[in-house]
Amino acid sequence: MKRIFSVLVENRSGVLSKVSGLFARRSFNIESLAVGETNDPEVSCMTIVSSGSAQTMEQIEKQLNKKLDVIKIKSFENWQSVTRELILIKVRYNKSNREEILSICTLAGAQVVDAGKRSMMIQLCDTPEKVQMMLDLLAGISIVEVARTGTLALQRCVDTEK
Amino acid sequence: MNGADAVAKCLELQGVKTVYGYPGVAICPVYDSILKTDIHTVLVRSEANAAHAASGMARISGEPGVCICTSGPGATNLITGIATAYADSIPLVCITGQVNSDLIGGDVFQEADITGAAESFVKYSYLVRKVSDIPRIFREAFHIASTGRRGPVLIDIPADIQAQEVRKFVWPEEVALRTYKPTFRGNPMQIRKVVKALEECHKPILYTGGGVHLCGAADLVRQFSEKHQIPVVSTMMGIGTMPSRHELYMGMAGNNGNLAANLAIKDADLVILVGARLADRAVNQPEKMLAGKVLVHIDVDPAEIGKNAKCDLPIVGDAKAIFEDLILEEIQMNDMSEWTGRLREVRQKKSRRVTPEQFTDPAYFVNTLSTAMDENSVYVADVGQNQIWSCANVVMRSGRFLTSGGMGTMGYALPAAIGAKMADRNRQVVSVSGDGGFQMAMMELATMNQEGVDLKIVVLNNSALGMVREYQHFSCENRFTMVDLRGGPDYEQLAKAYGIGYLNISSNEEVEETIKTFLSSKGSVLLEVIVDEDGVVRKAGGLK
Repeated sequence: MKRIFSVLVENRSGVLSKVSGLFARRSFNIESLAVGETNDPEVSCMTIVSSGSAQTMEQIEKQLNKKLDVIKIKSFENWQSVTRELILIKVRYNKSNREEILSICTLAGAQVVDAGKRSMMIQLCDTPEKVQMMLDLLAGISIVEVARTGTLALQRCVDTEK
Repeated sequence: MNGADAVAKCLELQGVKTVYGYPGVAICPVYDSILKTDIHTVLVRSEANAAHAASGMARISGEPGVCICTSGPGATNLITGIATAYADSIPLVCITGQVNSDLIGGDVFQEADITGAAESFVKYSYLVRKVSDIPRIFREAFHIASTGRRGPVLIDIPADIQAQEVRKFVWPEEVALRTYKPTFRGNPMQIRKVVKALEECHKPILYTGGGVHLCGAADLVRQFSEKHQIPVVSTMMGIGTMPSRHELYMGMAGNNGNLAANLAIKDADLVILVGARLADRAVNQPEKMLAGKVLVHIDVDPAEIGKNAKCDLPIVGDAKAIFEDLILEEIQMNDMSEWTGRLREVRQKKSRRVTPEQFTDPAYFVNTLSTAMDENSVYVADVGQNQIWSCANVVMRSGRFLTSGGMGTMGYALPAAIGAKMADRNRQVVSVSGDGGFQMAMMELATMNQEGVDLKIVVLNNSALGMVREYQHFSCENRFTMVDLRGGPDYEQLAKAYGIGYLNISSNEEVEETIKTFLSSKGSVLLEVIVDEDGVVRKAGGLK
């Protein structure tokens, strides 16, 4: 099973390594990890996507809770949340495939954010599945570089209002 | 007042009386400041032993042990001691010197990233970056080490921070940690459920681990067992929860445990696990072993519950607090006399063993030694065959049994015994090692002498690394390798070199008399016991 952990941590040096070290030491899987400061500059939010047995998912939450730099953990599944990833893709283009690339962008809702004579940069912000779909669609195109964030997720409003 | 003075003041405010350690330039200011206080400093002969000695002291005093070492190799040497304490949840505050703040990361002389290196063995660690943080950090460190699930906390202090001026020393009245609030009292609803489970079951047992000693719940657990006639089994770390000859105590369970204890677990329909984690040596396949039983798990660390076995009824909290509540409950137990009677019969069966005449039987030796020891004495066992002989045959009354259970660190016994004795000089302390483990720690005989510590030291000498040799016997068709210890030393000469007494036993006939002389001797004595290198602990069973 796949599970998303939204972990509020003290915004201090070394905390990221403590949390990632915990995953390494206990053989917990990290599928993606995204970290950023919250509205409170003393607090960062780590969004960690992991997968494994239900017992492992329970242990991840319990072991994270033992770390003194961890303030709060919410864990939920994909369908209980809004998830987003941001990807920047630099592709090489020529006259013959330019239109095809642009139509893929339209189809996926991506934007061209920079362009040169032979290459352009495409940006897409969407669910992890859509981001993957975009990459698959561009499989036949010459991709120069890719930068992709980990998954960001927040629990759906209706669930947190309860 | 500088940073180092602030450290010394914090230690005083925490009521620290003794620190163990090894100096170096990066920690010299702290030792210099301690000189101005009444805190007693103990120079060990190798850093890991500073942590072991502090661990021995903590386990007897109940207060966090403190060790202070220098940067780089001093700090890395300390790691084994920290990891040993972590595996057994022993409260320690470990202080290390660090190179100057502006040099950190430069790979300068005696620099080691100790907070990074020790991360997975500490409950928490600090790298002090501002001198004004020292009082808060020390206040928090002692609180963290000694509450919830106990464990080591590391404080790494750069040399320049130790030298910086402290403008105002502010000792926090209270610890304000928003991320750390360990549960103390058990949930009353869960306690009610345990009462109900007890009333419904027919074969309950209490299965106690090291956590019972760490929170001082042993007396209460015993009273609870007596009140409701519930049999008790223990893990290795739980030895001493009950007197060995108590009619409700079935012994140590596990691979190396007693038949009655393992039978009790096998037969039980309700297992109340207290402060134990069901590690692989205690229960081989927890899921299989506990199938069809109701498992109640009492632990202060919620992460232990459900980690190694599926739990039906968790109670998170301090075992002492939980048993304070449980003992007040009126519980209508079913009649279990037939079952407990049967267990008792198994428990009383004596196993026969045959030892070649030219050797001492270690089981008989441990049994006789621990019977002759003072009632409240401290028995410190090392690691290896000696540990298994010890835990399977030791006769406990109101004393303590200390050993490195989780990490299995060789060389633990001697330094831990020094710490235990220094925690309570009125108690008899006996250290029992094999010749392998003893040689990993024998430099501490000097520390023992220097501190005027009176220890009774046993070396079970088989001129081999017995536990590994036994493994090679059973699993490698007697292809013995890396286990031969016939390089000495001559223990009589060694005892002489350190100016302590020496005795030896090489056959069963000498055991009783020599133990009498050994225990009644004034000052420290080394007792060498010649045992058979072919002796095996498998199915040790016990002589009781």
